[in-house]
Amino acid sequence: MRINRIGLTAVALVAAGALTLTGCSGGGTTDSKPSANASAIITTNGSEPQNPLIPTNTNEVGGGKILDAIFAGLVYYDADGKPVNDMAESIDTDDSQTFTIKLKEGNTFTNGEDVTAQNFVDAWNYGAALDNKQLSSYFFEDIEGFSYDENVATLSGLKVVDDTTFTVTLKQPTADFPLRLGYSAFYPLPKAAFEDIDAFGQNPIGNGPYKLDGEGAWKHDESIALVKNDDYKGGREVKNGGLTITFYAQQDAAYSDLIAGNLDILDAIPDSAFGSYESDLGDRAVNQAAAIFQSFAIPERLEHFSGEEGKLRRQAISMAINRDEITKVIFQDTRTPAKDFTSPVIDGFSEDIKGNEVLTFDAKKAKELWDQADAISPWTGTFQIAYNADGGHQGWVDAVSNQLKNTLKIDASGAPSPTFAEVRTAITDRTIKTAFRTGWQADYPGLFNFLGPLYATNAGSNDGDYSNPEFDALLKKGQGETSEEAANKDFQDAQAILMEDLPVIPLWYANVNGGYGEDVDNVKFGWNSVPLYYDVTKG
Amino acid sequence: MARYILFRLLQAIPVLLGTTFLIYFMVFAMPGDPLLALFGDKTPNPALLEQLREQYHLNEPFFVQYLYYLGGIFRFDFGVSYSGQPVTEILAQTFPVTIRLAILALLFEMIAGILIGLVSGIRKGGIFDASALVVSLILISLPIFVTAFLGQYFLGIALGWFRPTVGAGAPIQDLILPALVLASISFAQIVRLTRSSVIETKNLDFVRTAYSKGLSSKRIVPVHILRNSLIPVVTYLGTDFGVLLVGATVTEGIFNVPGVGRTLYQAILKGEGPTVVSFVTVMVLIYLVVNLLVDLLYAVLDPRIRYAK
Amino acid sequence: MPNSTQKPSPGHFVAPLEETPLVAIDSVKTDGKPSNLWIDAWRDLRGRPMFWISSVIILLVVVVALFPGLFTQTAPNDNCELSNSNAGPSEGHILGFTRQGCDVFARIIYGTSTSLSVGIIVTVLVFTLGILFGAFAGFYGGWIDAVLSRAGDIFFSIPYILAAVVIMSVFSSNRNVWVISLAIGIFAWPATARVLRSEILRVKNADYVTAATAIGVKRFNILWKHVLPNSIAPVIVITTISLASAIVAEATLSFLGVGLPSSVMSWGNDIGQAQTTLRQAPQVLIYPSLALSLTVLAFIMLGETVRDALDPKARALR
Repeated sequence: MRINRIGLTAVALVAAGALTLTGCSGGGTTDSKPSANASAIITTNGSEPQNPLIPTNTNEVGGGKILDAIFAGLVYYDADGKPVNDMAESIDTDDSQTFTIKLKEGNTFTNGEDVTAQNFVDAWNYGAALDNKQLSSYFFEDIEGFSYDENVATLSGLKVVDDTTFTVTLKQPTADFPLRLGYSAFYPLPKAAFEDIDAFGQNPIGNGPYKLDGEGAWKHDESIALVKNDDYKGGREVKNGGLTITFYAQQDAAYSDLIAGNLDILDAIPDSAFGSYESDLGDRAVNQAAAIFQSFAIPERLEHFSGEEGKLRRQAISMAINRDEITKVIFQDTRTPAKDFTSPVIDGFSEDIKGNEVLTFDAKKAKELWDQADAISPWTGTFQIAYNADGGHQGWVDAVSNQLKNTLKIDASGAPSPTFAEVRTAITDRTIKTAFRTGWQADYPGLFNFLGPLYATNAGSNDGDYSNPEFDALLKKGQGETSEEAANKDFQDAQAILMEDLPVIPLWYANVNGGYGEDVDNVKFGWNSVPLYYDVTKG
Repeated sequence: MARYILFRLLQAIPVLLGTTFLIYFMVFAMPGDPLLALFGDKTPNPALLEQLREQYHLNEPFFVQYLYYLGGIFRFDFGVSYSGQPVTEILAQTFPVTIRLAILALLFEMIAGILIGLVSGIRKGGIFDASALVVSLILISLPIFVTAFLGQYFLGIALGWFRPTVGAGAPIQDLILPALVLASISFAQIVRLTRSSVIETKNLDFVRTAYSKGLSSKRIVPVHILRNSLIPVVTYLGTDFGVLLVGATVTEGIFNVPGVGRTLYQAILKGEGPTVVSFVTVMVLIYLVVNLLVDLLYAVLDPRIRYAK
Repeated sequence: MPNSTQKPSPGHFVAPLEETPLVAIDSVKTDGKPSNLWIDAWRDLRGRPMFWISSVIILLVVVVALFPGLFTQTAPNDNCELSNSNAGPSEGHILGFTRQGCDVFARIIYGTSTSLSVGIIVTVLVFTLGILFGAFAGFYGGWIDAVLSRAGDIFFSIPYILAAVVIMSVFSSNRNVWVISLAIGIFAWPATARVLRSEILRVKNADYVTAATAIGVKRFNILWKHVLPNSIAPVIVITTISLASAIVAEATLSFLGVGLPSSVMSWGNDIGQAQTTLRQAPQVLIYPSLALSLTVLAFIMLGETVRDALDPKARALR
């Protein structure tokens, strides 16, 4: 999951995930205009990377966008989120537990080093070792030998066979492991990186479609300049001369630049322009579903929310929220009301999960359920939803509170904290005494990524401490399947259990909202809300 | 005079210690673990978190952390931000931009504010005075983010007179619009202050003497009235320069100025103690020097004020 | 005999005594109340229409703040329906609705007390601290000046946004008018103190201060009775404006997400939230701003008249 927190009026979504400049592989019609200039530099918005530009230490969109442009992993995701081999020739397995990975020959880093199996294994070992304190180390958790208790310099599950072949052995069968390999944490690193990793983090050397425009191309807090890497031979063929990413602290500023013609592509529309951006931009406005799921959690441990009473109250609250109205009025249709716990852009998504009528507004039913819960134990106090005030959440939290007030006749309000750190600390320490906002942006386009890390017993981001053995069993079954369809079926069944228990109240899927200027063409947004920059042409 | 200046410069040492301590304490007192925020909505493994805490000395008690920091300063090592950039580099990058912006804003508010205040004061109760009151009132009652947004929209986008945000390298022409917005807040204060001071001065004996000597207004107004009215205004401008250096958070955010206010605010939100303290340290130094200059200016404006020490 | 035709020079001409008769003093009124600056000022104020107009507005605002229920029947925070979002005026809702579908007029009425309190508390805080620090620093000079002025420097160089974030975080479960006023005021007084100090530096060299010292008036009394009243004018100007700045600062803090929670109604909160709908529904921004401007205007007018009344020189010439 990738963090996306842009200063003041940030995107509603803080946590956010995956990256990869995904690519539209074959079949895309990308015939560029005759006037297009192959050396033109595309300008776009971004945010200052929070960490040095090391793939395993970058977990937020600001840095992720850059890494995806300058690195190439085993696979990349196309516009629909399908993995396409990039550095990999093949990824094979018989049991979803041991994988044999063969690389294409002749790929190089921009310093001339060949991309070999050793580069991948070294990079992954580096990312997994506890002493290296890499923020994305959890991506290697499933590989045999991984440990949080001691420093493991080389994972026993990674074996180099020859220059272009290595094998990966996992702790248990994980059917969607190959799908994960397009995530930035799995990128290879050149040998030069390990000589001085700090210096590398400021001037990274990659193997992707773009490269840094010389030493010091990263001007902190201002911009980063990338140019086309002519040595890249993968599927993401670059149709422009380069990419300059300007860092903005506020999306309003970026939007103003787009309107004034100073910016070619914008991938986030500020709240203040929700009502007007489609008329400002006409057919250059983009509004499409994204792999971002938003919700709020009501932990079992809260008073009145345990056992049968809690179940009734969660259902009542869910049915008291008019998602259609909020997405329309507050978000001006830049959100899509939720029908499940994942996202419509993910393969295997279904609108017809059993029991999902609990996500439909029904004031009468909601009040009935609430009254039934009151019969078990009468409601007292105020229902509050905690959120970080620096993320632009106030609008919808207030709207949800008002609807709960009006429908359930209870007192409800938002509970803002000034900083994200404060909310996260209260959630992690389990000291939070209210419901709280949650959100998830997928790391990779798979259903499991929306379920396993969030609701499996004792999972890393299971902040509400939800636990249901039946749900766990279905997830495990799904990961053991060898066919994708069978796995997705299991994951859908697992969601039917969630519909009943509602560990979080699903709200909506965030859309990706963006726009582009008159000079550019062929602008498409990938499954992960990042534009496919390499495909863009500028006349 | 020289002794007075030396004395004042020596006073900077306790002020610096006091400020860095206070600021470090404030960042420390902010609830929430800044490292957790690095992980977004994902909860990190406790073992990994512990390792990171050690790296940033966050598991030490407050005083130890502060001493680590102070020790660093004496070695001219201001620390490194989470993104791996030395803080000294961030300082060298952002301060020139913000100082340019602040000087520009100061010029605007000084010229416009003193002129309008002077005319208002001399023609007290007239149409000009009343209109100046209304205009400054409107500017006061609009929060800066509204002024900035309106300015950006109308002057930047609709009319296209300025670039709506500040481009690479923050050239002066791009800074004019944010400087105007910044100046709009203090402009009102300067107008009111100049006006009130002028009203007071123009009734003083020496002004009446000057008139009865038959001197013309052309000479009396600038030489006698204005000069003697400027002390409170100059003082206010001095403090305002400090405000402009630190308080441009909102404006710099809206116009995307890569300056102190924007960077500092981000650092505050991220809980990057060393970055925040280093910024404030430099700000204090600038502020102390400006205040000293203002105090020395008093003696120029009013010869009766003497610094004996 | 000297030449008697020599005329006296015009500069030394003195009129004969009979041409400038002395006016006889019949009696001296000895039972009259002693006059002082404050009594004189009040006499002066009574005769000014500006004073009465601004006082009436302020009184009205205070009444609204104390008894909001007298002015609207609508409960401002209940029955906010999204279907009314940003809607224009309608029967019973003369100013229309906010983005959340709440009644704009009712929110302004109920927000008065919060905003006024923030303004007044901050102003009192800034005024008191500013006078204490500025007066002593300027008048006594030397090491007192050094200590007080540098203390002011410390407070002043801390960015108030940082202070606000910290204070609002520490009190995050208990955010109220007092906390936010503290957050705004505690780092704002040094500007006032410095301006007062500069005025005092100027005034303390005046002849009447020297005279008072010469006849043996105590130092503190000189400061309190002579120097301070003659230096206070710019402070009053800054203070009346800072009342407005405080109310506006509350809006800015809301905009940055560290203001009062949205369940607490205030003009600043409304203005802060209106920013997102500025393009579609300007009325949501305009009305609370108008309320703010009117209140501020009243206080500035009051400040001006009080300033004039306190200044004996301006009074004499009126």
